[in-house]
This record gives sequence, structure tokens and C-alpha cells, in this order.
Amino acid sequence: MEKLLEQIKKGTVWAFPGGVHPPQQKTLSNSAQIARLPLPDKLVVPLKQHIGANGKLIVEKGQHVLKGQPLTAPAANWSVPVHAPTSGTITDIAPMPSAHPSALPELSIIIEPDGNDEWCNLNPAINPAKLSHDELVDIIHQAGISGMGGAGFPTYVKADIKQPIEFLIVNAVECEPYITADDVLMREHAKQVVQGIELMQQILNPTLCIVGIEDNKPEAIAAMTQAAEHNANIVIQTVPTVYPSGGEKQLIKLLTNREVPSSGIPADIGILVHNTGTLFAVQQAVYEGKPLIERVITVTGNTIHKPGNVWALLGTEIKHLLDCQGFSPVPQQRVVMGGPMMGFTLPTVRIGVVKTTNCILAPDHKELAEPGPEKACIRCSACADACPASLLPQQLQWFAKSKEYDKLQEHNLFDCIECGACAYVCPSEIPLVQYYRVAKVEIKEQQAEKIKADRAKERFDARKERLEREQEERQNRHKRKPAAKSDDEKQKVADALARVKNKSDNGGEKSAVAAAIARAKAKKQQGEELEPDNTEVAKERALRKEQARKYKEQKSQTDDSGDTAPVDDKKSAVAAAIARAKAKKAAQAQGDQTNTDDANTAAPVDDKKAAVAAAIARAKAKKAAQAQNEQVNTDDADTAAPADDKKAAVAAIARAKAKKAAQAQDEQVNTDDADTAAPVDDKKAAVAAAIARAKAKKAAKAQDEQTNTDDADTTAPVDDKKAAVAAAIARAKAKKAAKAAEQTDQPNEPSINEKSTDNVKSEESQTDSPADNKKAAVAAAIARAKAKKAAKEAQQTEQSIEPNIDESQADNVKPEESQTDSVTDNKKAAVADAITRAKAKKAAKEAQQTQSNEDTEQVTAAEPETPSETSPEQTAAQKKKAAVAAAIARAKAKKLQKEGNDQS
Amino acid sequence: MTLFYALIALGSLALIFGLILGFAAVRFRVEGNPIVEQIDTILPQTQCGQCGYPGCKPYAEAIANGDEINKCPPGGEATVKKLADLMGVEAKPLAGGEQADPIKTVAYIREDECIGCTKCIQACPVDAIVGATRQMHTVLIDECTGCDLCVEPCPVDCIDMLPVAETKQNWKWQLDAIPVTQID
Repeated sequence: MEKLLEQIKKGTVWAFPGGVHPPQQKTLSNSAQIARLPLPDKLVVPLKQHIGANGKLIVEKGQHVLKGQPLTAPAANWSVPVHAPTSGTITDIAPMPSAHPSALPELSIIIEPDGNDEWCNLNPAINPAKLSHDELVDIIHQAGISGMGGAGFPTYVKADIKQPIEFLIVNAVECEPYITADDVLMREHAKQVVQGIELMQQILNPTLCIVGIEDNKPEAIAAMTQAAEHNANIVIQTVPTVYPSGGEKQLIKLLTNREVPSSGIPADIGILVHNTGTLFAVQQAVYEGKPLIERVITVTGNTIHKPGNVWALLGTEIKHLLDCQGFSPVPQQRVVMGGPMMGFTLPTVRIGVVKTTNCILAPDHKELAEPGPEKACIRCSACADACPASLLPQQLQWFAKSKEYDKLQEHNLFDCIECGACAYVCPSEIPLVQYYRVAKVEIKEQQAEKIKADRAKERFDARKERLEREQEERQNRHKRKPAAKSDDEKQKVADALARVKNKSDNGGEKSAVAAAIARAKAKKQQGEELEPDNTEVAKERALRKEQARKYKEQKSQTDDSGDTAPVDDKKSAVAAAIARAKAKKAAQAQGDQTNTDDANTAAPVDDKKAAVAAAIARAKAKKAAQAQNEQVNTDDADTAAPADDKKAAVAAIARAKAKKAAQAQDEQVNTDDADTAAPVDDKKAAVAAAIARAKAKKAAKAQDEQTNTDDADTTAPVDDKKAAVAAAIARAKAKKAAKAAEQTDQPNEPSINEKSTDNVKSEESQTDSPADNKKAAVAAAIARAKAKKAAKEAQQTEQSIEPNIDESQADNVKPEESQTDSVTDNKKAAVADAITRAKAKKAAKEAQQTQSNEDTEQVTAAEPETPSETSPEQTAAQKKKAAVAAAIARAKAKKLQKEGNDQS
Repeated sequence: MTLFYALIALGSLALIFGLILGFAAVRFRVEGNPIVEQIDTILPQTQCGQCGYPGCKPYAEAIANGDEINKCPPGGEATVKKLADLMGVEAKPLAGGEQADPIKTVAYIREDECIGCTKCIQACPVDAIVGATRQMHTVLIDECTGCDLCVEPCPVDCIDMLPVAETKQNWKWQLDAIPVTQID
């Protein structure tokens, strides 16, 4: 150890392997003094000019700043502030091209100088020698000093290093050709530089400080030796001029014969290296209080009239530097930032100077020729000889070209300092360094991706685990709950059951639905006593039920079905409605005309079902009223009507039969049997309903002669397409009817029989036909057509008015029936609905002539409601069907029309 | 007699080695298939499911069981090549005909359009989206793997997959690029 120190003090300098000797060209710029430049028009200060994180922005657009005022505050690790290089106004804070080969935009503060160059308050240290380690580090940090040799490593981090430092090395080698910034700085400010060294010694307390200066700077050596005379711990070493002796690792090797381990830092071997410029900045920060806002830059090259060094404010555009030094660009002029060996060509000269910029080189084509085309490697191994890091550039090149990154790492690519010596000596002009740079970025990216992938995997696994856990918890919760509450719930259920039993015992009713029905009935009797059930007590309800029952008994004996209504909600609702209807019927039988109104008020007890039931009831009531005069028999069919939903549809059939029977009275044709055999099935019922409707139409037509056309038109546009179809059918019928009226001359008795048998046949065939929707629709259309035909014939026979009235009433019933069907089965009823609506209106008009006004009003009022409910539910398929049916009907109508014309 | 000795000697040797092997088989038993772990480390861990498996690990298992190695679009050609080296099979182009060198993307939520439905949060395999019901969501760009899985569930289509911004750190020298100079 002593030996090494002695050797160093003696002036021994070792050597590093490789190295090249490019032409120096330093005399171009090292003769003149450092020039002061006029203030530029604007300054572009990037937030980040060093290695590490951005500082936090503490100024805003439009703000006036003073020279030296901090623009950012250090935030995260390794973040260094930047300061206003001069006083002025911040015109913008925006991404601007950065001092990087890519010129990628980087957030920058743009300052427009006000020309006053007014300093902010400076706080120079009164007695720097007394400052503690931490205070000095803080001053260096706040002054925004980062390495000014090229890498831009934050100086405060280096100063605050934990490892013991044995040797402090000052890098004043400046091995790059052309660059003389440190040279002239040492010549002019050797005292300040030495003060900076002493501050560093104060901070780091090294055994020895070695200043390495290349032997091509005798004046700087002399100035420094003189300035450092008083300090025995500063040794000025002269090193031979070899490129790249200014490299950190190479300089350490030169001055101490130590080697920095691969992927290690100099501090690992007790050495710290600082650049001359950095030490000058430290001195300025401590002794003057000035932050790092300017630096010495060499502006040189053959295209510059006054090559030399200048004090450039950080953020000064390159263009300004060039212009101030006299710049006459050649075609395809290159402007290089840094030296010719390691610098990079700037994409634009509108880039601000940063803390690491030490040289602007504007060469002509002779002095720095554009590299020629890359030729094949001849394996001369000149690159390996030149490599200062003892790498194998040729091998690295092959691996880099074939992207064998593992091999590159095995060959220590990351020890390459990118000095460019290999490319400089390459006879094939292979841009070796570029290959290495690309490969390095790729490897770094892959490593970053690997880290990211590991983290993603970790997060994915964590998420999976979490989801599994959550699911498990959920399952457990489900399992646990029923077990825990089983006792409670059993009790509750038992209570509820007991309550229900009590109720049924008291009131004799089995369900809430039945109760509701009873209430509705009670209302009927009591008038306007309408209270929400929530508030009613069970007792009251029971009482009312009792009353209702009594009332019913008074009214008629047919109420039984209401009391025995099934427990099932739906069924009971329907049954109740039926019961109500019967009650009405009975009432009517006694001559009570106002009952129908009551039925309406009682109807909407709960929901759709009730509405449907009410409609049925109303229809029945009417029918019954008429039946009084003729036959009481038809009622039987109704009373036998089942409470079931599906059976309700059957009931419709039954009703249709009843009507038919009414007709049959006169005609004495027994067609009922065929119908009674009609299946219970929903769909078939619908078909039957359609048949019934067809018959009704027939009957209606018999009456309708001249008024038909008008009616049909008015009924037409009830809602949508369906209605349109129906209208078309109706119109066709009307025409036919009109024609029939003209043909009244021809009496045709037997045709009645024929017609009725036709109907029977068609019914049979239709009931037999499969429950298919489509077929039903078609069948309905056929039935309608037949009905028309029959109507014509009927007119010719000139029947008495009475049965017609019956039938017209029956028509009123039918649309409602069909609506019940449509509720139970929307699709089928869709087409039929529209048709029946049209018919119903027709019938209503007739009824007006013969019947009381009340009934007809109800019917017409009831009509538009239910169809509008069903129509939106109809699908396109049904529309098609309807259209087909309509088309058939129209075709038939036309045929008839033609026949009519022929006959006439 | 010599034959007898030889038989005893060989027989005892066979027994000894058999015991050693048997012990080793139990003692150094390998849990799971070690190749799966190796494959898994090569896969990019985007957990995107583009290979048809629910995550990278299941695909690694599938490869170990003989599935194709070219089903990982996020990994690109590099991953296929590495897998080919590991599995000792031919490297082939990506199954879906994707780019050999995929562009890295990250999800970006247009935050003023986000309705806070949390659907993307549920879709994210690496929990890289933060937000709450009816609150704006945002993507943790550093954690986003660019798997696209959040794009589909978004009911308002407010998620974009943006290429990762080029910075000075990840910028690469374009050796074959024509130098472009800005004209002032």
C-alpha cells in the first residue's frame, strides 16, 4: 500500500491496454480566452439534464424568474434541480427536442430573457472550511450540479458515497480531439478548481487526490501545479496522450494501476473520479452561492470562423453558439455534440445546451468525413488491439448482428465504454459502436421486460389466489347460513302455517286471492269503500267475506264455484271472474240492467288475469241477457266452464257453440257434436275460436248491408300492421257484402244448409289440423272467406231480424273471447284480434239500433284496450302469417267480386 | 465354482446399485415437470390468453405436453426462437401470422368517458387497473402487460391500446435508417 502511494507520489503512471492516437486538433480552440456571449433570444432548459429522475416543477408559464432561481425542486432519488440561466419570463413549459441522438422531445422550460441578467439572492458560504459534510452535500445538491464530463451523474450522490474513498481522482485528461474546455478552464480558473478539489477532500477525506492531465496541455499543468502547491495531498500527474485515457476506468488504471471490476463502480475499489468542470461548479456553488447555470463549451471545427471556448448559459440553443462564433455551413453540414470520437450528430441545431455538453463540433467534409459504406469484416483484429477494455469487438459484432444477446453478455458487452476506438481503427469502416449500442439497448429492454414479466406473473398468481379465496369464502357462506338459521326459519314457517290455518278456520277462505275476490265483491255491494288491504285486519276481511257470501246467495244460486275456487292464484282469479260474470248474468235475468257496471269496477282486482277474466265475464253477461229471451240452455255451457286457464279457452269454444246453437234454433242443424269433441289443447281452442269468429261474421253480414263499408273503414287503423291487414280483409268483405246486396233477387233456400255444413266441415278439418300456429292462421283466413260466402247467401234468404240480433250480440262476445285467447297465447290471436275488432265494431253499430246504449259502449270501450296490449308482443313471424292470411282473404274477395260482376 | 463366485459378485453389485437407484428415485424426486417452469420463464407473462389457454402457465404446460410453440403473439419471434431452442424443435412463424416483432402497447383509459363499471378491473389479469364502482378507473402503466383483455368488456369503448412511449432510455439507434434532419 505504501508502495503504491509512494509510486503515485513519485509520478509513476501505468498504462491501459489498447488506445488510439487520433489527430488532436486542440490548437484550433485552446489559444483564445473563454468568450462571453450575448444573451440569446430564448433559453430552452430541459428539466432533466442528468442521470436520474426529473425534479419537481415549481414555476409556471408566464412567471418571471431571476437568474439562478431554481425552476425545479429535487423530488425523488437522484433528482437534481435546474435553475434559470438568466432573468426573464417563462414563455412556455413544453416538450422540446432534447440533446440526444434521437432528439426525442423532453419537457423543457422556455425562458425569454429580459436582458437585465438580474441575479436572485445568492447565499455564498462565509467560511467554507467550517461547513460540515452534510451541508456541503446539500449545497451541491441544491446547486444542481451533475457530472460535467459527459455522463451527467449527480455529483451530490457521489459526494455522499458511503464507501471509504482512498483516492480522489480529478479527470482533467480531456482525451477527445478538438475539445479544450477543461484545458482553458484550468488555465483561467486553476485556483477555483483547486478550491473545488479541496472542498471534495473536505467532504470525502481521501488519502490522496490525483489530478490527471494529458501531456498535451502544458499550460494547464503549470497553472494547476501552481494553484495546488500549498496542498501536499494534491498530486498533479501528467499522462501520455492516448485516446481514451479520459475514460474513468482507463484513468483509474493509468493513475493507480487498479481496475474497476466488471459491472462495479470505482467506489468499490476506494476511488472516486470527478471532472474538472464539476469541481469548478462545486467551488462556484459553495464560495459564490451560484448554482450551475453555465458551463464552458468548445465551439470548434473548420466551418467556425472563431473556434474557441465560450461561457454558455445552459439552455442556449446550439444555433446561437454557432452564430456567435461565426458559422459558415457547408452543404450537408453536420453539427456534432461532443467530440469526434464519442459525440453524436445533432438532428437539429435548435437544441439547448445541457450540463453535459462540452463541445460543439461543426466540421467540414474533409476533417470529419462521412463514414463510407460498411464492408465485410476481414478479421484483422485491429479492433481488439485498440480496445481499451480488452474486449473482443469483432466477436461482439458478430453476436450483435445475429442478436445473440446471451453470448454478448458472456463476452462482457457491458464493459464496453463505447469509446469508438475499435470503429476508428476498423479498415472495413464497420460502425462497431453503433452495433453495440443497439445491442445494449435491446438487452436492457429484455431485462426490463423480464423483470416486468416476473412482476406480472406474481400479480397474476396473487390475483388467482385471491379469486379462489373469495370463491371459497362465498361457498362457505352459502353452506353455513342455512345450517345456522334452520331453527329460526322452521319456527317462522310453522308460525306462518298456523296463521294460515287460523284464517281459513275463521273465514272459511283458503287464500289471499280468494279474499281479494271476496273484497271486490263486497265493494260491489257496499259502494265506494275502497281501502288498501294493508291496513285491513284479518277480522274485517273475514267479516266482509261473510257479507259477500250472503250477498251472493241473495243474488243467485250459481255462486258455488266462487267459494270453491282453487287455492291456486291464477286459477282462482279466473274462476272468480267467471263467478262474477255469472252473478251478473243472474242479476240481469232478474231485470237488473246496471250490473254490468259493477262487473267493471270489480274487475281489476289484481292483474292481467283479472282483466281477462273480467272481459270474459262481461261478454257472458251480455250474452246471458239476450239468452233470456230465447234459451237458458246456453248458460249451462258457461257454468260448466272450468276455472283453469287453458280450460278458459275451451270455454270460449263452448261459448261459440252456444251461439251456434242459438242460430241453429232456426236452422235446426246439429253441428255441436263436432265441436264438443274439440280438444282441450290451447292451440286447438284458438283455432276453434277463429272458426267461431268466422261464423259470427257470417251472421253479422246477414244484417249488415249498406253500413258495412263505413264501419270497416273506421275500424281500420287501430294500431299497426295487423290492423292494416284486418282492414284490408274488412274492406274485401264490405265489397262482397255490397255486391251481395245487389244480388238479393236470387232466393236460394238450400244454400243455407249447404253453408252450415260447410262450416261444420271446415271446423272439423281445422280442429283435426295440427296445433301449429301457421296452419291455424291460414285456416282462420279460409274460415273467414267461407263466412263471407255464407253471408252473401244469408242475405239472399232474407232471414228474420231476431236471430241476427242474437248473433250480433254473440259477435260482441267473441272478440272478447278471442282476446282471452290472445292473452293465453299471443301468437295465435294476433291476426284474429284485428279481424274481430273490426267485426265487433260492426256488431256494435247494429246493436245500437236494437239494444240499450250501455252495453255497446262497454263493448267498444273494452275493445281497444286488449288488442293494444297484445299487439306489441307480436313478432315478425306473426306479421308474415297475418299478411299471408290477408292476401288469401283479399284474393278470395276479388274472386267473389268477379263472380258478382258476372252474375249481375 | 468360479462361475458361482462371479454370479454372487454380480448379483450383489446389482442389488447394491439397485438400492442406490431406488433410494435416489425417492430422495431426489422432482415435483412437477421442470420443463414447465423453464418454458414459463420464457413466456412474456402477459396472461393475455391469445394462445387459447387461460394464462402463461397453462400454455407452458401445454407446450410441455406437445403443443405448438408458436401461439404466443406478445412474445413474438424471439419467444418462439427461445422455445424452439429449449424444446429442441424447429422455430416456426407465429400461428396467427402476427408480426414477428410485436409493438408493445399499454392500455389507456379515456378517463372522462369512463362510467366506472369495473368490468375492465375484473378482466385485468394482473390487477393493473384501479378504480371503484361509478368512479373513474385508470391503468397503472408500469403494471400493464398490454394483453388487450380489458378492451372487450368496456361498454363505452373508452380503453385504447397505445404503443409504449419511446423515451431516451428505450430508444434504439436505427442503423439502417436514412438520417433525417429538421429544417429550421
